[in-house]
Amino acid sequence: MAANRRTFLKVGAGAALTLAAGGGLYRYLHPAGPLQRFALDGDAKAALEAIVPAMLAGVLPVEPGARALAVSATTERVHQAIRGLQLPAQKEVQDLFGLLALAPARRLLTGVAGGWTRATDAQVGSFLQEWRFHRLAMLQTAYHALHDLIIGSWYADPASWSAIGYPGPIKELA
Amino acid sequence: MSNPNIIADPILAGLAGGWKVIDCAGLASDRVMEADVVIVGSGAGGGVSAEILAKSGLTVIIVEEGALKSSKDFKMREADAYPTLYQESAARKTRDKAINILQGRTVGGSTTVNWTSSFRTPTPTLDYWQNNFGLKDYTSEALAPWFLMMEERLSVSTWLTPPNENNDLLKRGAAKLGIPAAAIMRNVKGCWNLGYCGMGCPTNAKQSMLVTTIPSALNHGATLLTHARAERLTIRGDKVETLVVVAMDATGVAASGRRVMLRAKHFVVAGGAINSPALLLRSSVPNPHGLLGTRTFLHPTVISAGIFAQRVDGYAGAPQTIYSDHFLETHAVGGPIGYKLEAPPLHPLLLSTTMAGFGQAHSDTMRQFPHVHGLLALLRDGFHDQSKGGTVGLAGDGSPVLDYPITEFVWDGVRRAHLSMAEIQFAAGAKSVQPVHERAEVYTSWDAAKKGISALQYKEHITRVVSAHVMGGCTMSDDARLGVVGANGRYHGLANLSVHDGSLFPTSIGANPQLSIYGITARLASLLAQELTGKPAARLVA
Repeated sequence: MAANRRTFLKVGAGAALTLAAGGGLYRYLHPAGPLQRFALDGDAKAALEAIVPAMLAGVLPVEPGARALAVSATTERVHQAIRGLQLPAQKEVQDLFGLLALAPARRLLTGVAGGWTRATDAQVGSFLQEWRFHRLAMLQTAYHALHDLIIGSWYADPASWSAIGYPGPIKELA
Repeated sequence: MSNPNIIADPILAGLAGGWKVIDCAGLASDRVMEADVVIVGSGAGGGVSAEILAKSGLTVIIVEEGALKSSKDFKMREADAYPTLYQESAARKTRDKAINILQGRTVGGSTTVNWTSSFRTPTPTLDYWQNNFGLKDYTSEALAPWFLMMEERLSVSTWLTPPNENNDLLKRGAAKLGIPAAAIMRNVKGCWNLGYCGMGCPTNAKQSMLVTTIPSALNHGATLLTHARAERLTIRGDKVETLVVVAMDATGVAASGRRVMLRAKHFVVAGGAINSPALLLRSSVPNPHGLLGTRTFLHPTVISAGIFAQRVDGYAGAPQTIYSDHFLETHAVGGPIGYKLEAPPLHPLLLSTTMAGFGQAHSDTMRQFPHVHGLLALLRDGFHDQSKGGTVGLAGDGSPVLDYPITEFVWDGVRRAHLSMAEIQFAAGAKSVQPVHERAEVYTSWDAAKKGISALQYKEHITRVVSAHVMGGCTMSDDARLGVVGANGRYHGLANLSVHDGSLFPTSIGANPQLSIYGITARLASLLAQELTGKPAARLVA
């Protein structure tokens, strides 16, 4: 993991170029058409399922079965939240996940070498931390989009409220 | 479903009584309609204009992009409220995505989801407009009768219930430091003191446009189109001929493919700052000095979170009942940027997405949710050469994009605001304070906070900046070199087009803007009604 992280840091200087190249490849594979609704599939879904536990470290259940269920339910709520955005915003998020799903872009921009399903929370947490403070505004805004979508989807769920001592709205009117 | 016996629903009753409301998501074919006046938007400016014009005997069509919701829909759930009641799921952003903007998109506009804070336009703001934009009719004295009329119409009054702990901490902390703080007037009638104003009032206590002016306009024969996006005005010579409306689908996310053509003698644009200038830009209205969309202001807002030993329960009780203008009043209006302090409501989704960081550190903060105290500082932008606001332009698909660069002048105010809020929170007894900045630490003393905040680097993305008040973009001035709309609300160069919303303001207001919009547009709509009917305009009464 340390090696991956260093590699990622080293390519930081060329990241703008990489991102441009990755974006170009992505657009080549997904030619522009009319704006469409966001779809979460294949490696994009795997990327999100790998990012959710790192973003939510400290709140997910520890027991593996419950944890897997919580990750999958949160992923689905993120999916629905994205599909509630206006179409131009849905396309921006689609482009982000399109990029994350491309192996070369994933390796260079996140340092995750072996595919999303094999990424550890530590690896993912490490790239999120890099993006959070990255000098490329695009990666910083991508971090914030993931932050707001995933954390917002978690705390929107009434199942998360008892752990933070929030009783929820008045029952008589809810 | 809430128990219908507990809360009477004026929207259901009105629909049953024969209101003319057309949900354009359900249109099977294109339509053409006609009225004396077409009003774009049903928020503060559109709602007031609709009631005055309809009560004055004019036929009115109101065009609203959002849906018609009512108390039966307002379940106090953030997950439902933000996607259905706000522009872009409450995640509208500036071009560089550095500022998150809360604006309503529903019948009643932002008034359906605002936090009820009511202030008349501050005198220093009006003085600035007179001196710099020639708005001689805009004095506190001249506007007083209009504010008074709207205060009575919307039950704006002093909130006599004791503040919740979140607001009381602002009061106590400020008092310890000798900083004046006072109660905020609210537009409520029989408020239950629940604290969920931002998700639509479940008891119809908030006197938003949804339960006041819009129902009254509909009772006076107005027609309301919902899921109806104002696409562009068509212009011939110096007159607007038609408003082209694109019907949205039932989700509000995409166009349905149907259109409605609206013809009228007069058109009033009241879609709110950002959407109003964008509609006018799409319509290629006269813009000889390139001013349209410029000087768009946000009250850039920054946040500080304190942790207290006792429960604060910032989600419970009326939000924003105490404020301090100390840091607006200690500098001249044209000096270093000043800021207003208020205590916002704290709900899990909004708070968790606002707080910086992720993983364990973030969840440690959230576990203390009932003990979190939130303060916000809204910065008064637009009164200085280094604070000219942002510019609304159009994306390739015609949707609005607000470019709002944050200048060093504004960042200086952000730092001072973080310092002021931390000092007040420690004075009120906070165990720790963390300003919302990705590099800020959890400071456990005022000394540590002072050192830490003074050393922070202030720039976009690492500093959380939000806005709930968009103003300007259709600057008002009789001098066409200074503004695109005259002091009477009429667009320069077009004979039958008015702008009646917060986009008129030549600067930010320096206070929550709803009452400024109500009072000023009540005056403009009354002038318009008189001109169109040849008779004095109808007065609004409680």
